[in-house]
Amino acid sequence: MTAAAAERNTSTLWALTGPALMLFVGVLLIPLAMTVMLSFHDWGQYKGIEPVFILKNWHEIATDPYYAEMFWRTFRIAILTTLLTAVLGAPEAYFLNRMSGRWKSFFLLVILGPLLISVVARTLGWALLFGGNNGLVNKLLMSAGLIRFPIPFMFTETGMVVALAHVMMPFMVLSVWAALQRLDPQIENAALSLGAGPTTIIRRIIMPQIMPGVLSGAIIVFSLSASAFATPAIIGGRRLKVAATLAYDEFLNTLNWPLGAAVATLLLAALVLIVVGSNALIERRYAEVFR
Amino acid sequence: MAYLELEGVAKQFGAQTVVDDFSLAVGKGEFVSFLGPSGCGKTTTLQMIAGFLDPTRGAIRLEGKDLTAIHPAKRGLGIVFQSYALFPHMTAAENVAFGLEMRKVPRSERAERVRAALAMVGLAGYEDRHPRRMSGGQQQRVALARALVIKPSVLLLDEPLSNLDAKLREEMQIELRQIQRTIGTTTILVTHDQNEAMSLSDRIVVMSQGRIEQIGTPQDTYERPASAFVSQFLGKTNDFAATIDRAATPARLVAGSWSAPAPAGLDGPATISVRPERIGFGDAGLSAKIVTRIFQGNHWLFQCESECGPAIVIRQNDGERQPAEGDAVRLVWRPEDMSVRNGAAS
Repeated sequence: MTAAAAERNTSTLWALTGPALMLFVGVLLIPLAMTVMLSFHDWGQYKGIEPVFILKNWHEIATDPYYAEMFWRTFRIAILTTLLTAVLGAPEAYFLNRMSGRWKSFFLLVILGPLLISVVARTLGWALLFGGNNGLVNKLLMSAGLIRFPIPFMFTETGMVVALAHVMMPFMVLSVWAALQRLDPQIENAALSLGAGPTTIIRRIIMPQIMPGVLSGAIIVFSLSASAFATPAIIGGRRLKVAATLAYDEFLNTLNWPLGAAVATLLLAALVLIVVGSNALIERRYAEVFR
Repeated sequence: MAYLELEGVAKQFGAQTVVDDFSLAVGKGEFVSFLGPSGCGKTTTLQMIAGFLDPTRGAIRLEGKDLTAIHPAKRGLGIVFQSYALFPHMTAAENVAFGLEMRKVPRSERAERVRAALAMVGLAGYEDRHPRRMSGGQQQRVALARALVIKPSVLLLDEPLSNLDAKLREEMQIELRQIQRTIGTTTILVTHDQNEAMSLSDRIVVMSQGRIEQIGTPQDTYERPASAFVSQFLGKTNDFAATIDRAATPARLVAGSWSAPAPAGLDGPATISVRPERIGFGDAGLSAKIVTRIFQGNHWLFQCESECGPAIVIRQNDGERQPAEGDAVRLVWRPEDMSVRNGAAS
């Protein structure tokens, strides 16, 4: 290729990617940079936001145990949600994959169902079932005499984990399912013919091969759960805050934008570190399976 | 006594019969091929022997014991799959060792047997490679070593060579036969490749639409096909419509201007089958015209238009002058080189 042609080629590339690139820079990178900058600004009840460079907000987050508790809770909920989706979702995907044609597409639709409904409607559904004395399930169980007090669900971490796991399940199932698709259809028969029982086949043959799928599903679920807003806002409200609802409150209720920006920036940075780090670990550990 | 015996085995999926009335006795150490086009039920039969499918009817016995009553994991058969089905997360040695581990073979003995098995298939030094870092031929060898290391009573091969290129396939055929001869394992090969079946097996089971068409040695099935299907599936063949001339004494079998004394037991229209390499050019016989002449190195291939329809003739390139395209020729063959069936040509 001549230098002129290469030149022309490069300019075509820029022209083609330009609009998307501009959108990306305009609505993602610039606001993100502004948020990071905002976290270093000062704020006062009466003076509002002052565009100066101070570490006040970061210092507050680092020293006040209130924020530590908040972030610890966020990641605890995200980890438990990830574990729950992995423990339920991996077998679910395995059975889904073994089903025959028509049932498979039906249950795939059932699994994807939650994604078709608004997250708010879905979470409010949980509230209707378990919300205090008036929750449908609670009422039923109490009138049947099985429980004396309503099952605590609203404003609990358990409730948040359950509701989040419900929302996140499709991501885990699809991710494991994609890994199962890569499996040789005869691989179980091969293990069987060599004398392996069903538990050995699952443990020694299937599990190691779908582990990358479980782990990449876990990364998606973890990052989505840790940054989730709607579900924690409805189940936990302002009584049981997580990082996302905390940032929201700082922005819209306290109007302390710089502090909210610092919380949001820290959440983003922590998530990026965790996701990139674990991704690198997984790729190194499962190099042979990914090839 | 037969070592592996299948008696009246049938498999139905719903209303569809995939294998029907399959009976076969395999001797110890024998190499038997199931040969047929795709969908003829050969793989289904293999899977019933392996235990991945249960037969709808019939019995499968190994050394007189009912095999269908034994769980597939306990049958102790070695299987090589078409896709090899190697465990991608294990090294070659771990793959081969898996069956021994399941049999609780002590670690030291296991290592020794794995090493020996990999050496037998020519993969010494590849112990720590992962399957995805190996070529198709190497993966195939690992799969073979994995199946053989457990000293299986029967080795089942499900189209093991179909994913290899032609040259490698030929090499593996020779090697497979040598290994099988050396260790003497009773082997069943499923294939749709007639050359593979003929060059490897002691006996061939030709199948079509779930039924056995013929069981015989490679020469038998090739030289004396029991049905039109077998003669057409195994190599090329020419079918000529013929009639019986009862006016002559003794009665004669007539195809166009070719004729010969009629074999006993024939009446009405018949079909003559002759292999292309058994037809020669003579002075009197089926008159034909050569349409195309193709040179293929060690032989010539002639496509002719005869009185009884198209015909193919193969002649050795023995230095003799061969007829040219457009020449009128007479096709001749010896009566013992043809097979004659009752009924019109299909």
